[in-house]
Amino acid sequence: MATADVAHHEEHHHHPSGVMRWITTTNHKDIGTLYLCFSLSMFLLGGLMALVIRAELFQPGLQVVDPHFFNQMTTMHALLMVFGAIMPGFVGFANWMLPMMIGAPDMALPRMNNWSFWILPFAFTMLLSSLFTAGGGPAAGWTLYAPLTIQGGMGVDMTIFAIHMMGISSILGAINIIVTIFNMRAPGMTLMKMPLFVWTWLITAFLLIAVMPVLAGAVTMLLTDRHFGTAFFDPAGGGDPVMFQHIFWFFGHPEVYIMILPAFGIISEIIPTFSRKPLFGYTAMVLATAAIAFLSFIVWAHHMFTVGMPLTGELFFMYSTMLIAVPTGVKVFNWVSTMWRGALTFETPMLFAVAVVFLFTIGGFSGLMLAITPADFQYHDTYFVVAHFHYVLFSGAAMAMMGGAYYWLPKWTGHMYDEKLGKIHFWLTTIFFNVTFFPQHFLGLAGMPRRIPDYALQFTEFNVISSIGAFGLGFAQLLFVYVIVKCVRGGSKATDTVWEAPRGLEWTVPSPAPYHTFETPPKIA
Amino acid sequence: MSPFRVSTAVALAWSGAALSVAPVPANAAWGLNLPTPVSPIGREILELHNLIMLICLIIFIVVFGFMFYSIYAHRKSTGREAATFAHSTKAEVVWTVIPFIILIGMAIPSTATLINMEDTSKSDLTIKVTGYQWKWQYEYLDHDVSFYSSLATPREQIVGLQPKGEHYLLEVDNPLVIPTNRKIRLLVTANDVIHAWWVPKFGAKKDAIPGYINELWTKVETPGTYRGQCAELCGKDHGFMPIVVEAKSPEEFDAWLAGRKQGSSLEHAAATAAAKQWSESELMARGEEVYAHCAACHGVDGKGLPGAFPAIAGSAVATGPVEDHLTLVMDGKPGTAMQGFKGQLSDIEIAAVVTYQRNAFGNKAGDTVQPSQVQSLR
Ligand code: HEC
Ligand SMILES: [Cu+2]
Ligand SMILES: [Cu+2]
Repeated sequence: MATADVAHHEEHHHHPSGVMRWITTTNHKDIGTLYLCFSLSMFLLGGLMALVIRAELFQPGLQVVDPHFFNQMTTMHALLMVFGAIMPGFVGFANWMLPMMIGAPDMALPRMNNWSFWILPFAFTMLLSSLFTAGGGPAAGWTLYAPLTIQGGMGVDMTIFAIHMMGISSILGAINIIVTIFNMRAPGMTLMKMPLFVWTWLITAFLLIAVMPVLAGAVTMLLTDRHFGTAFFDPAGGGDPVMFQHIFWFFGHPEVYIMILPAFGIISEIIPTFSRKPLFGYTAMVLATAAIAFLSFIVWAHHMFTVGMPLTGELFFMYSTMLIAVPTGVKVFNWVSTMWRGALTFETPMLFAVAVVFLFTIGGFSGLMLAITPADFQYHDTYFVVAHFHYVLFSGAAMAMMGGAYYWLPKWTGHMYDEKLGKIHFWLTTIFFNVTFFPQHFLGLAGMPRRIPDYALQFTEFNVISSIGAFGLGFAQLLFVYVIVKCVRGGSKATDTVWEAPRGLEWTVPSPAPYHTFETPPKIA
Repeated sequence: MSPFRVSTAVALAWSGAALSVAPVPANAAWGLNLPTPVSPIGREILELHNLIMLICLIIFIVVFGFMFYSIYAHRKSTGREAATFAHSTKAEVVWTVIPFIILIGMAIPSTATLINMEDTSKSDLTIKVTGYQWKWQYEYLDHDVSFYSSLATPREQIVGLQPKGEHYLLEVDNPLVIPTNRKIRLLVTANDVIHAWWVPKFGAKKDAIPGYINELWTKVETPGTYRGQCAELCGKDHGFMPIVVEAKSPEEFDAWLAGRKQGSSLEHAAATAAAKQWSESELMARGEEVYAHCAACHGVDGKGLPGAFPAIAGSAVATGPVEDHLTLVMDGKPGTAMQGFKGQLSDIEIAAVVTYQRNAFGNKAGDTVQPSQVQSLR
């Protein structure tokens, strides 16, 4: 690796080319690109697994896969989407955009940045190769509940190590983001002048540092239970299976905000641009984000209402969870108020942003319903929950990233993407998403448990609809890939501002953004 | 079109027409809401669910009414200039406080229902429910009645060799039987991994966790057969461990219970009679039946599932010393899915299935196990 002396930095054209450029790069834009490509490929692979699931559920009976493989697919689909697609995707956006948004030349710790990316391909190779071991990959659900995980084969151990590696990657990335934001802002870029995307990532990074070690601890305890005779989660040895759930969800609930706060950030950048109006209630947005982050630490057991908690525990977690509706509501109201009396246009990024606000709110409301403990006894572990979290994770996190990609692609590539195809991609995605997941609310209410490979006849109709939607949704994403490739390769030249009058420092640099930006800090008004 | 097809088509068309005028019958296809409850808690939950749905719907319509109005009226193409306002303390206070008040309004009835759900005192009948991979055990604690309940749908229906029956995947060999209009307390636990006992129409769901005994109560008002499923992922056949409950009038229930007690003493008699010497062919025939308990993991063909469940064909245990084989089957192996069958199977059943495993699937241990041998290991 070349030494990073100052002279080397100034000579842009001397960095290695070809594959070595990508392996050795410490440039935030290169690393951002790596993260985004990685995320997209995991998204497609995880999507493929979802299609295996939906193919099996297209009709009652076992047709496509056996139940054990089905369980591996549900588990692997979730692990890939959560740890492979969504989290690295947002880190990709952070790498590309944070330095440009705060007027910094790069991330604060570039070499560590390289490492935090390059751990991921190894982690996921390990995770995916577990599918080929005897006994197959992990099959106990992404929640890895003990004692079921104690039963699996070597694939479970590989999963545990893969999760350790992903955790290290996330923590390194989070440290880098915090250090960058605290130390690298251009003079005059005070905290309360930072774009909301930067704020949401700052808070997300703190959540990551707080909870990834908790997950690592939980899976390490699983590992020692499996191989070294401990009995943390084994009642026969004085252990407690419910403790695993407490530890897991202490990580797991903040994790859902890790996956949605940066999405809120992206939406808060897109809506003002296409409303031609500043973001409504900036301070309230920052405070609401912080409030959500704080509350995320005291609501975890809402995933465990049926484990037999004492009444007081159930009441506490019900009330604290309901409270989250308040700051989340503030965000939605502020987005709508940003649009109110603006001058709206609906380019692809804006279409995605509006759809996210609308569809995420559906997920938010079903979340509020799930918080109501007595009702949760009916919804828990049914397709109602599956519908709920796809409304927040797909039409929240994933579609926000799609919107963000269309929004910044011209800045990244210097070309405008194909607006017509972008819009088609948007409509296909939105329509098929709802065809897939809306009927799942009904399935859950009617009594269909989640994670089953076969079902009673009364659930047939909605499953057929859902499977048809899923295949449409999957194929629509190939169009997304095509639009991106097309935009990278060429297209009409993007101006520096790209959009009519967007706010933010990233629009003051040329398009495509040069390899090094803000080597001298910009002047902040 | 065969006459059969025509009649189904007509029936479908009819039911379609009926659906469009009548309220959707519970548990039918196209059901859009929770099934019609048959217990007080189920009813309370349904009311709560409907109330909260309604509140959410109203807020949703108001908020997105504003958004869609804005999308329509505030388009740039109407030639308008964007306003410049960026905050309003008054509005922000209002939309923080009002949701808070609405939430309190939701929390009050929820709390009441929850307190009611958790009150398992003054019950009339206590039944212990134990989850196993992949069946349920029901024990009527004060009545010395206990039995296992597992999926009754034939394998042929699942893999599509036979048409699927009306209660496909929701039928069991031995349903749980309870009296109507009595407060039933269920003690829910598990033997291996976590399961969850759930009957939607009762509004009753509780995790069955090894090492824990969770409590749950229900009171069923209408006699009938009610169906549910294990709700917590519990391994390969998680989707195949249904729950069926028959609610009978108290008189019918008492009669059933008395019959059942006699039944179990008959079994006892059979077990004592097992003191006789069994021939190899008798043991093998019986063992093949009992092997149904093992087939979910070890496979109908004895080949298991490599890496997860070992094969019996050629297994070192099944061809090695008979004592080791017997101990493993009776006590299980802690920390694995191999459960102890001591409590589930009688002496003759264990003797038969072990004999069967030792001499089927190409295994040729050549020895037989007698019930007396099992008895001596208990
Ligand atoms: C829920 C799944 C499951 C069921 C049901 C089950 N087993 Fe097992 N069995 C296992 C597992 C897992 C092992 C491997 C245990 C280990 O790790 O040593 C095993 C191991 C065995 C072995 C030793 C095989 C070897 O070569 O190591 C025998 C013999 C056996 N079981 C007999 C039975 C009998 C008899 C029944 C039915 C009465 C039965 N099993 C039902 C899961 C099951
Ligand atoms: Cu949560
Ligand atoms: Cu189960």
